[in-house]
Amino acid sequence: MEHIISVTVENKFGVLSRVAGLFSGRGFNIESLSVAPTLDPSMSQMTIVTSGDERIIEQIVKQLNKLIDVIKVVDLNETEFVSRETAIIKVHTKDVDRAEALRIVDIFRANVIDSTPTTYTIEVSGDPKKIEAIINLLQPLGIKELVRTGRVAVAREPVRQAAVQAKKIARE
Amino acid sequence: MKLTGAEIFIECLKREGVKTVFALPGGVVLKIFDTLHQQKDVEVILTRHEQGAGHMAEGYAKATGKAGVCLVTSGPGMTNVITALADAYMDSVPVVCFSGQVPTNLIGNDAFQEADNIGLSRPCTKYNFLVKDVNDLAATIKEAFYIATTGRPGPVLVDIPKDVSQNVAEFVYPKSVSIRGYNPTVDGNKWQIKQAAEAIMKAKKPILYVGGGVVFSGASQELLELAEMTQIPVDMTLMGLGVFPGEHPLSLGMLGMHGTYEANMAMHYSDLVIAIGARFDDRVTGKVSEFCPHAKVIHVDIDPTSIRKNIHVDIPIVGDCKTVLRELNQILRATVNGEQKDLRKPWWDQIREWQRAHPLTYNQDNDGPIKPQQVVKRLYELTKDRDPIVATDVGQHQMWAAQYFKLARPNRWLTSGGLGTMGFGFPAAMGAQAAFRDRLVLCIAGDGSIQMNMQEMATAVISKLPVKIIILNNGFHGMVRQWQDLFYNGRYASSNLGTTPDFVKLADAYGAVGLRVKKVGDLDAILKEALATDKPVIVDVPTYPYENCYPMIPAGGCNHEMILEDPPELKMKQSGGAKVTPEDKDTVLTA
Repeated sequence: MEHIISVTVENKFGVLSRVAGLFSGRGFNIESLSVAPTLDPSMSQMTIVTSGDERIIEQIVKQLNKLIDVIKVVDLNETEFVSRETAIIKVHTKDVDRAEALRIVDIFRANVIDSTPTTYTIEVSGDPKKIEAIINLLQPLGIKELVRTGRVAVAREPVRQAAVQAKKIARE
Repeated sequence: MKLTGAEIFIECLKREGVKTVFALPGGVVLKIFDTLHQQKDVEVILTRHEQGAGHMAEGYAKATGKAGVCLVTSGPGMTNVITALADAYMDSVPVVCFSGQVPTNLIGNDAFQEADNIGLSRPCTKYNFLVKDVNDLAATIKEAFYIATTGRPGPVLVDIPKDVSQNVAEFVYPKSVSIRGYNPTVDGNKWQIKQAAEAIMKAKKPILYVGGGVVFSGASQELLELAEMTQIPVDMTLMGLGVFPGEHPLSLGMLGMHGTYEANMAMHYSDLVIAIGARFDDRVTGKVSEFCPHAKVIHVDIDPTSIRKNIHVDIPIVGDCKTVLRELNQILRATVNGEQKDLRKPWWDQIREWQRAHPLTYNQDNDGPIKPQQVVKRLYELTKDRDPIVATDVGQHQMWAAQYFKLARPNRWLTSGGLGTMGFGFPAAMGAQAAFRDRLVLCIAGDGSIQMNMQEMATAVISKLPVKIIILNNGFHGMVRQWQDLFYNGRYASSNLGTTPDFVKLADAYGAVGLRVKKVGDLDAILKEALATDKPVIVDVPTYPYENCYPMIPAGGCNHEMILEDPPELKMKQSGGAKVTPEDKDTVLTA
């Protein structure tokens, strides 16, 4: 089963290779991985999409925790979470296709971020199904290049806590 | 006061209580060696190969319980020590390895003797550091020792570029270490420990399965108390040997592939396995799906990843063995009464029956070839009063040593378990001898494996490390030959060494003492002569080449299905009864 694991790590050189080395050395899957610094620049946040049975996921979480540069590991599948992925797609557009391309962009609430007489570069965000869907629709026009960020995810805040916080903010 | 990186390095070692460094110099570590040369607090033992330095640090660590330290140069120095680091990583040995690196401005330039030390050592160290600034050196060394010796111990590498050892900085040694991503759990969960105590009270057929974790935790007293109080039999892993007295009536000896019959049968038929500081290695579990089919499993380990890695665990307890056992004993002391002994009487009757049915056995004829088991047994009997430290290499001799050398105390057994590194024993023995100059240190080796680090004899002689090496010389890679006899139709592919050096002359050439046992009647006299010598000694004992090590569980087999002796066709071959064609002349058995 697919799991999204959120890993907070030290923001220093070599950490990514320790994490990647752990996955390759122990034969775990990485479907996607994204890394960027957190609000605190001494830490980075990794979102790892992986798969395996319960025992493998337990090992992955434990092995990640064992890495000295890893500060916190959360298996997001244990809670509710929201996740997003961004894709940038460069599409060939013949004159007859340009309007169709824009319609697809509109339907998916995507953006055209660059344009030439023969191409559109389209940015789209969403869950993987949405990305797959727009790719499928754009494919007949001719996709020249495609890059995807891999997923990032965050746990949903429990509702009650959020309400309390809203009140607190309101009072202030 | 400002100190150079090299001086800071030595000051740090002194503060960590390091007396001995196993080292081999090279271009980028010359500054460090030059500084070491001008002081007396830290002794440098110059090895002949960096692998030797690494294993010596391991032997030192295993015997003392403190971190062993080795120092190597960049490039080939680093690649040579990798085997020792991987060995230490598998067996959780606290080793701090310092490697030289090319100057920081040349890193990544393919400079002379440059290697990516961090990249090379990443998968075989607990952690590694590249020190880019001399101002970070002291804090880094402090962290390295802290990481190596706490939690589940392991090797840590500190890579020091040439300019860092030469530059100067204010020396401040941090008093404490805090690493936010590293906080080993020491105290076990109280509720889980209570559950464990209840399970122990109820079990009819419990077994203690104890490993190297108990040795490093220093929990042998607590283990002894637990076993005696609850009358539970004790199985030891290869790494755990000595942590429980081998001759204690509750000891069933070693379990696993070449464990005793009773140790493996007791595991298989038990209803409660109490695993402490052991990791359910495949050499212990055999076929995982049929491992301990009737048992509940309690697993105490400081490393959470060891728990439920291979085997389902019912009561996991993450914590230090000593702390957890103390707490467990405290609960049990209040509840244990005479009833457990009655409850477990049938279990003990069964175990005694297994012991009677298939004890460890071999046949030694008075005028026949010397049997390797006889050598280990006599060596044990002749030395047990001297509380020796025993190192081994890897192979048949290692298993016979594990079976017949019944150690009474922990930290006496130096062997390579996880990685199975041939060539480990001799340098490890030297490391222990360097820590305990007055103790008796033995190295039981095979004629194959001793040659893998033979060069260290020069180190032993010049550094006055009087290790006693006993070579069980069968002319083969014996364990390989055993597998070939059992599973490859007796075709001895590359297991027959053909020729081995004259070890007596070889010892002599190095300035050590060489002795040979020509017949079984001379065994005691020669061993005694070796033990009375104050120099390094090689005792070459030509043994019966076709002796096999039993019991044996074939790889992936079930624990209760042991091979206990040579199968009939092999016996026939050995007695010369089988027809041999000229093409098979490599396999002709002439003892």
